[in-house]
Amino acid sequence: MFFYLLKRVAMMVPMLLGITLITFTVIHLAPGEPTDLQIQLNPEASSELHERLRAYYELDKPLYVQYGKWLGRLVRLDFGESFSQDHRPVLDKIAERLPVTILINVLSILVILGVAIPIGILSAVHQDSPFDRATTIFVFLGFATPSFWLALLLMDFFGVRLGILPIAGLKSFGFEYLGMGGKLLDLLRHLLLPVFISAFGGLAGFSRYMRSNMLEVVRQDYILTARAKGLSERAVILKHALRNALLPIITILGLSVPGLIGGSVIFETIFAIPGMGKLFYDGVMMRDYPLIMGILVIGAVLTLVGNLLADVGYALADPRIRQS
Amino acid sequence: MAKRRLAVTALGVGMAALLFGSCSPEQPVVVAEEPARPPVHGDTIIMGSNADAVTLLPVLASDGTSSSVNSLIYNGLVRYGKNLEIEGDLAESWELSPDGLTLTFHLRKGVTWHDGHPFTAADVLFTYRLYIDPKTPTAYAERYRQVEQAWTPDPHTFVVRYAKPLASALSSWGLDIQPRHLLEHVEITKSPLSSAPVGTGPFVFREWRRGERIVLEANPDYFEGSPYLKRVVFRVVPDPTTMFLELQTGGIDEMGLTPLQYARQSDTFNFRRNFRKYRYPAMAYTYLGFNLRQPLFQDKRVRQALSYAIDRQEIVKGVLLGLGQVANGPYVPGTWPHNPGVGYYPYQPDQARELLRQAGWQDSDGDGILDREGRPFSFTIVTNQGNDQRIKAGEIIQRRLREVGIEVRLRVIEWASFLKEFINPGKFEATLLGWTVPPDPDGYNVWHSSKTKVGELNFIHFNNPEADELLEQGRRTLDQEQRRKIYFRFQEILAEEQPYAFLYVPDALPVVAARFRGIEAAPIGIMHNFIRWHVPEREWKYRR
Repeated sequence: MFFYLLKRVAMMVPMLLGITLITFTVIHLAPGEPTDLQIQLNPEASSELHERLRAYYELDKPLYVQYGKWLGRLVRLDFGESFSQDHRPVLDKIAERLPVTILINVLSILVILGVAIPIGILSAVHQDSPFDRATTIFVFLGFATPSFWLALLLMDFFGVRLGILPIAGLKSFGFEYLGMGGKLLDLLRHLLLPVFISAFGGLAGFSRYMRSNMLEVVRQDYILTARAKGLSERAVILKHALRNALLPIITILGLSVPGLIGGSVIFETIFAIPGMGKLFYDGVMMRDYPLIMGILVIGAVLTLVGNLLADVGYALADPRIRQS
Repeated sequence: MAKRRLAVTALGVGMAALLFGSCSPEQPVVVAEEPARPPVHGDTIIMGSNADAVTLLPVLASDGTSSSVNSLIYNGLVRYGKNLEIEGDLAESWELSPDGLTLTFHLRKGVTWHDGHPFTAADVLFTYRLYIDPKTPTAYAERYRQVEQAWTPDPHTFVVRYAKPLASALSSWGLDIQPRHLLEHVEITKSPLSSAPVGTGPFVFREWRRGERIVLEANPDYFEGSPYLKRVVFRVVPDPTTMFLELQTGGIDEMGLTPLQYARQSDTFNFRRNFRKYRYPAMAYTYLGFNLRQPLFQDKRVRQALSYAIDRQEIVKGVLLGLGQVANGPYVPGTWPHNPGVGYYPYQPDQARELLRQAGWQDSDGDGILDREGRPFSFTIVTNQGNDQRIKAGEIIQRRLREVGIEVRLRVIEWASFLKEFINPGKFEATLLGWTVPPDPDGYNVWHSSKTKVGELNFIHFNNPEADELLEQGRRTLDQEQRRKIYFRFQEILAEEQPYAFLYVPDALPVVAARFRGIEAAPIGIMHNFIRWHVPEREWKYRR
């Protein structure tokens, strides 16, 4: 097991290198440079200034030199300085956006699991029942509804008409003056709509997946055996069937690890939440190469780590894999 | 679109007073409020902003939010007053030498930086040197490079000498003066001031939560007296619809409305009671520019025909819901350089057809599209992503031109690619774009025939010897009356030549919660007397 892990981790290094090389190239293939955006259509900028700015950002050097320098810094865990006019370290910019993105994503995954798994089980157990059909419609509605549209409707209804929920942002003005409990309540009220919206769209996938796994499992011989030996239906489903049906979910969870740091631009824009999605989008629009690369590298690392975790988790959960 | 811009950043000098009469028709008559009670200090205003500031170090900043925030923290030597006249700010007075080459500023005494350090002419000299330092990555160095020499005879006098007279010299000293004692001998891009600014202005920086808000507090020692509002918060809400909902629920006190919000969504009783809307022409215009190197557009009659075929009133009505006006040239109606004698091209499709016929364009194969020598009249308009008004205007133009037999395709391209692939290399036929109208009428960089290199602003390759001559004269002439004559003639040439089909000047549409008093709409906008805005004590919303 230990040797297997070591091999997997060692394999990640060339893979990561390959990913960075490809992304670095692709980003620089996109037309436009950060300097264009900083001075373009500015009546006062001369072409000499343009050259000076390009030299300042070292954009005048060949691409392989730029990549080499970038990689050299990355090895020392230095993600470089943002090309935007604030010139701040990329890591700082990511660090201040990361907590809120992770918070919302974790909450929304918990909500999705908490709702989708029971729905999946019940739909499978009562296959083709009215409940099955109703939940199918419900989860697909969630999947098909444009999140920005639903978000605006809910904001208008709960925020403007009923006036019981805040519209946007994460904290009320005057948050600092609230007590501990007040702060928590304020945060919860602000998170309610965003978490609901982001979870609503994800219900369909998980619940359908859970349903089909469950249907698969209940047809197996060992379920028949369990029933034959006189176990209650409850014990059959929750003890024998569920554990086996949950196995593939581990893989999905592993794959959603990189998703934890990814945000959605539309969603963050609507709710005025400063998260990773908007940071990345703005970075791309401004051709802020170090920032884009920083986020992509972290995403790539998390994807690789997530895959590894999924494999390891699978091995731990399933004795058949462990033995082979 | 209706982006708020403060003070010096984007306003023209002039006397727009004429126009002011038509400023805010829907504005309820200002309620006769308790005149006996003097304004008191207190309360907070929360201003909606569609983007976070990038940096609060003015020399590095070039985005709208940063300059809005910086304009409350910093001062220039001069600024634009409410009627767009230049007035003193950190300079008490100034004089120009008889040869028009030397400007002497007499600075206010007793002004201090927010950290208590005294402000002197050394700070001004330092700021000037900061801008022209090749190591400073700023896009605003050019106008200060025109200075031949700058010096400070005493701590309260600053003198600059130019090699040639420069009409925009005085207004260029509206730049934010930055503190020497905190910025000298530091690498400018690493300065902590970019996230915690120290200025001389009416508000002191307090807090910046990135992506959420920037908080400023009243400067009790401000040289024009402490502002009445105790605190200003710039709150970042990127989505205009969300911002409008926030406004209605009190999460925001001030924002710029979209035409739709202004015209259709703010007419309820509650809205009228809780908010005051304002309306004045923005210092900007939108145009359809023709690439004059394309054979298609080299004939003046064709460009005139295109202008006749476009219904500008329809665009103002359809795109701006009437909240704007037709543009007839590169200046905003009502400002001093604007020539009202130059008419705009009325919608006359028959005239357009006639001109096109004279230029040799006919529908010889009966397919509904004009052709000449076997080539159909069809071209592509490129514009940038993210500006719905331009895209809508493009669609309206597309339909109207189709009616006179011209086929138009509309391509919308993401900004960076748009500049790099289309505008800079001149690989476009026509483009829908807008300009902010700068403080000074000098249009040399946009219109002079020498400014056609890659990346320069005359990307349509306009080339007219008389216009060149006028532009050269205009920037070296100091007398306003004479300059006006020069630019009037310049506008006549543009009207005749139609290198752009000038389309519209949108209105700025700010709205402010009704509890704020003392707001005075003026040609420059509503922010000119911001430090005099106040809230009667019984209406205070934020008491801490």
